[in-house]
Amino acid sequence: MKNTTAYPELQTDRTGSTLIRRILNTPSLLAGSIMFAVLILLAIFIPYISPYNPTEQNLSAFLQPPSAAHWLGTDQLGRDLFTRLIYAARTDLTIMVLAEIIPFCTGIFLGMVAGYYGKWADNVITLITDTFIAFPFYLIVIIVAFASGAGQRGIYITFILVGWIVFARVVRGLSASFREQEWIASAQTLGLSGPRIILRHLLPNVLPQAVVVLMTDMVGLLVAIVTLGYLGIGIAPPTPDWGTMIADGQSFISTAWWLSAVPGFAVVYTGIALSLVGDGLADLWRKK
Amino acid sequence: MATTPVLEIEALTLTAKSQEVLVKDVSFSLQQGESLGLVGESGSGKSLTLRAVLGLLPRGVQQTGGVIRGTADSAMVFQDPRGALDPLCPVVKQVAEVVYYRQRLSRKASRAAALELLHMLGLPESLRKADRYPSQLSGGQCQRIVIAMALACKPGILLCDEPTTALDVTVQKQIMETVGRLQQELGFAMIFVTHNLAVAAAMCSRLAVMKKGEIVERGSTLSVLQSPQNPYTQMLINSVLPVPELVAEGSGASWT
Repeated sequence: MKNTTAYPELQTDRTGSTLIRRILNTPSLLAGSIMFAVLILLAIFIPYISPYNPTEQNLSAFLQPPSAAHWLGTDQLGRDLFTRLIYAARTDLTIMVLAEIIPFCTGIFLGMVAGYYGKWADNVITLITDTFIAFPFYLIVIIVAFASGAGQRGIYITFILVGWIVFARVVRGLSASFREQEWIASAQTLGLSGPRIILRHLLPNVLPQAVVVLMTDMVGLLVAIVTLGYLGIGIAPPTPDWGTMIADGQSFISTAWWLSAVPGFAVVYTGIALSLVGDGLADLWRKK
Repeated sequence: MATTPVLEIEALTLTAKSQEVLVKDVSFSLQQGESLGLVGESGSGKSLTLRAVLGLLPRGVQQTGGVIRGTADSAMVFQDPRGALDPLCPVVKQVAEVVYYRQRLSRKASRAAALELLHMLGLPESLRKADRYPSQLSGGQCQRIVIAMALACKPGILLCDEPTTALDVTVQKQIMETVGRLQQELGFAMIFVTHNLAVAAAMCSRLAVMKKGEIVERGSTLSVLQSPQNPYTQMLINSVLPVPELVAEGSGASWT
């Protein structure tokens, strides 16, 4: 019948190049990404940048102040501080990223199930998250680290146990609010199954917020790794790690303050970088 | 017209958790290819009745009486087109997904069927080349997508919950024309919920007027509009200005 009516044409495509422009227009994201990228590049290429071995001792050159040969000086066993600092970044950042993978996935999954299905699924999951939240985080970390023996394993186990809580809580809230929106009801009436709606429609909608949470959570995890190292129940020497470096430098704080200050600064630097990335991503997605 | 009804509702009663009766003793039946307008002010229970047919009552509302007998699949078109689409999923993909799920075609055939549907609904051909997100389409285009998704289920009954209320007037008219044309082509029955008598009169051959959860008047569109028996119906008619011209010009049932 009336096929002749003119319909307004669609707007021109605005993906692609504009995504880059939008990133450039989000200063916090740009700054955070550059800061983090510098650290990662240093960590990757450190064997080519530095002639020193991070664990080889040279007792004839201990506690040297910064110089052209040793950019940040040497520690009490004559090891180059800059080299150790970057190798420690390798250790700590790798653990940080790996330890987040499983909690991130399980947290999002359980959060979506709780928020979407509600009822008993929600009750059970909320009960578990609330129980874990009642315990101080570091108490759990230290108990598990002691129980599983010093080293990386304790960190991984702790985080698989408690790391998902943050994500589950955020995603549960989001999913429950999406649940009340019409497009979910619409998808149900059109005959799509629950798992399909969760994986194909709910997941993309909760993922941005979860990634923002991931960034801030990684900062917390990094501090936990460093704290455990500092307390001597984390990464065992001689593997370079910021926490053990801070602890080792403590005895020489009056003569060589940079031994502790530099790894401490590295933690702060990484923390700021990740927070900026998280903030920037949140901005980017809010503007959309 | 076929004699077996595709949908029959008898004495439907819906109650809220607070024991408040929201829909009381509502009965009607729907023949194949027929369209029924459910008219009434906000909160009169029209949307709830529709959702009960679909089995999609909001949390806290229960069916406490009556029977709903349906012999055909139903699909719903929602009031807010943007709200009824996944904001992060491209539209052709969304339509194709429903086709894939309901008609059990292959992925490629689903996409082709989806594009065919979108063409039928008068959406721009450029969607073939580049899929779009709902935020990149206008409200009217989004509503066409929503209708396409509903039609992808090959429904025997199309439930329309104020599908034109959120759109501006010219778009409203286009959508009504499209739905009317598709009903003739595909022959589905339709329940059209609206508070706009003019819209209902243009779309439906029969009207049921609802007030406070009950049907206060029913009959053919013409008789309801020309000689309303209930004072509430009269009030509704008086509150809609363009109705007299519409009745004089098109005898009300031109779309069915």
